[in-house]
Amino acid sequence: MKRSWRFSAYLTPANKGFMKRVYVNEEWCLGCHLCEYNCAFANSNEKDMVSALKGKSIFPRIHIEENDKICYAVSCRHCTDPLCMKSCIAGAISSHDGVIAIDQEKCVGCLTCVLVCPYGALSPSETGVMQKCELCLENACGEPACVKGCPNRAIVYEER
Amino acid sequence: MKQYVIIGNGVAAAACIEGIRSVDPDGSITVVSSENHPVYCRPLISYYLEGKTNSKRMLYRGENFYEKNHCTVLYGKSVQRINDTDKTVLLNDESILSYTELCVATGSSPYVPSMNGIESVPHRYSFMTWDDAEKLKEDVTNRSKVLIVGAGLIGLKCAEGLKYLVGDITVCDLSDRILSSILDTESALIVQKHLECNGIQFLLSDSVDHFNHNTAFMKSGKEVSFDILILAIGVRPNAGLIRDINGKINRGIIVDEHMRTSVSSVYAAGDCTEGKDITIDDNRVLALLPNAYHQGFCAGVNMAGGNLTFTKGFPMNSIGFFGLHLMTAGTRYDGDQGGTIYEEQSENHIKKLFCRNGIMTGFVLVGNTERAGIYTSMIREKTPIDTVNFELLKKSPTSAVYSHNIRRKMFGGVV
Repeated sequence: MKRSWRFSAYLTPANKGFMKRVYVNEEWCLGCHLCEYNCAFANSNEKDMVSALKGKSIFPRIHIEENDKICYAVSCRHCTDPLCMKSCIAGAISSHDGVIAIDQEKCVGCLTCVLVCPYGALSPSETGVMQKCELCLENACGEPACVKGCPNRAIVYEER
Repeated sequence: MKQYVIIGNGVAAAACIEGIRSVDPDGSITVVSSENHPVYCRPLISYYLEGKTNSKRMLYRGENFYEKNHCTVLYGKSVQRINDTDKTVLLNDESILSYTELCVATGSSPYVPSMNGIESVPHRYSFMTWDDAEKLKEDVTNRSKVLIVGAGLIGLKCAEGLKYLVGDITVCDLSDRILSSILDTESALIVQKHLECNGIQFLLSDSVDHFNHNTAFMKSGKEVSFDILILAIGVRPNAGLIRDINGKINRGIIVDEHMRTSVSSVYAAGDCTEGKDITIDDNRVLALLPNAYHQGFCAGVNMAGGNLTFTKGFPMNSIGFFGLHLMTAGTRYDGDQGGTIYEEQSENHIKKLFCRNGIMTGFVLVGNTERAGIYTSMIREKTPIDTVNFELLKKSPTSAVYSHNIRRKMFGGVV
């Protein structure tokens, strides 16, 4: 018996094109993890990459997942129906022109957003409150650092 | 122009306002709030005790939430009765409000069974509201001995919140394990040990026979003396308003997938309701904040003439105690119920995945909870496990378990 099943699209095609998002072309991702370092640096408020990262545990907002021959980077999809925002018990997650952001002052680190995100895109920061990709719009980079530094242009920032 | 009335001012009500305004910018919205606070994060009252949040950050939405959404809030008011023929509600001050669409978001109340001698206890509390937390905070000293009746989510979060404010905390429960509504015996033990290491004492498989002032006489014969008593036995949906007009209720108000009650033009959302749990395919009270938001938003959209359903409800909890996190979701079916269980365990970590009829129905994670949402999503979407790499999924929640095409779609690739 053939089952009909599809992943319900939080990121529905109808909503594509409204804003630029970070996308990963899986075929081109080398799994080099540079995006993780660039992300951690961009969000560190440090001017120099070495002092920001050397000898430290890093807490990037993008991560590489790999298995057998596949690898790809995962970061927040900025869903049009954001389950994290609707489920946050602290009212700490909000949407600004489609960009889903966390107010780290309000977050209490209960991890409910981790429990509901279908992509595994949220993780705790160094201090225990949550963090997620906010497209580098508010940090010194100004545009997604993962995209800028991807050596194989596997990660792109575009409207789809 | 429609007149919306919302009874209650919790998260379901806030979500209802957001739902209404996503469709109708003009209709008038009146919120009847028995508590004298703007909508706040009820689950944060234990963090408030602990000092991990404050009265500003406790607010669920920004300070101008009601103005921005053109709502009138009647603070300190409650509803005596709904008149569904005239489409009005009668408030406790005898004033009358008319509605075109009504949402009942009355939440739940602490359940307090009759207990002998309870009236003789001078300092006794429930732990449901901001005011409860406020009064409790004022009443405790660093020498207080606290007895908490009920080792559920509310009782234990209260214990954590009080730990550094008081001298000594004992939690008793009739059940043989803590968090019995969400954890199995093995997982409960790990969490219990962790709580004990942090100074919380337990009296399990025991209950209070009677109280005499500041002493609880337990059924086991033990005597517990205390200064402060906290009753956290459970909560009950506030379904009375719908019961009074012969609307359909069971334990909670029965709602359909549009959040309509059996009464015309009356919707309900949040802890006062009973909605479908997809992991048991039956109705159940799902008194959880995420559920309250989904239901409230859905009710609001439909009240305003939109068309939205909420069909993916199931229990889920993410909670931490003194740095140990645990997450649970769905329903645990054991072998006798046709379920299969995958489990792995080490000293401070447990993972149990429950499957039945080819789909995942539930999980328990203690310790490592990274990317648990990928498991939750398997339950929510009823993903057939033979369409994913289940061996990999057992080891680690990752989107690599999906086929290339599904993953491409999920992540927004061009198909």
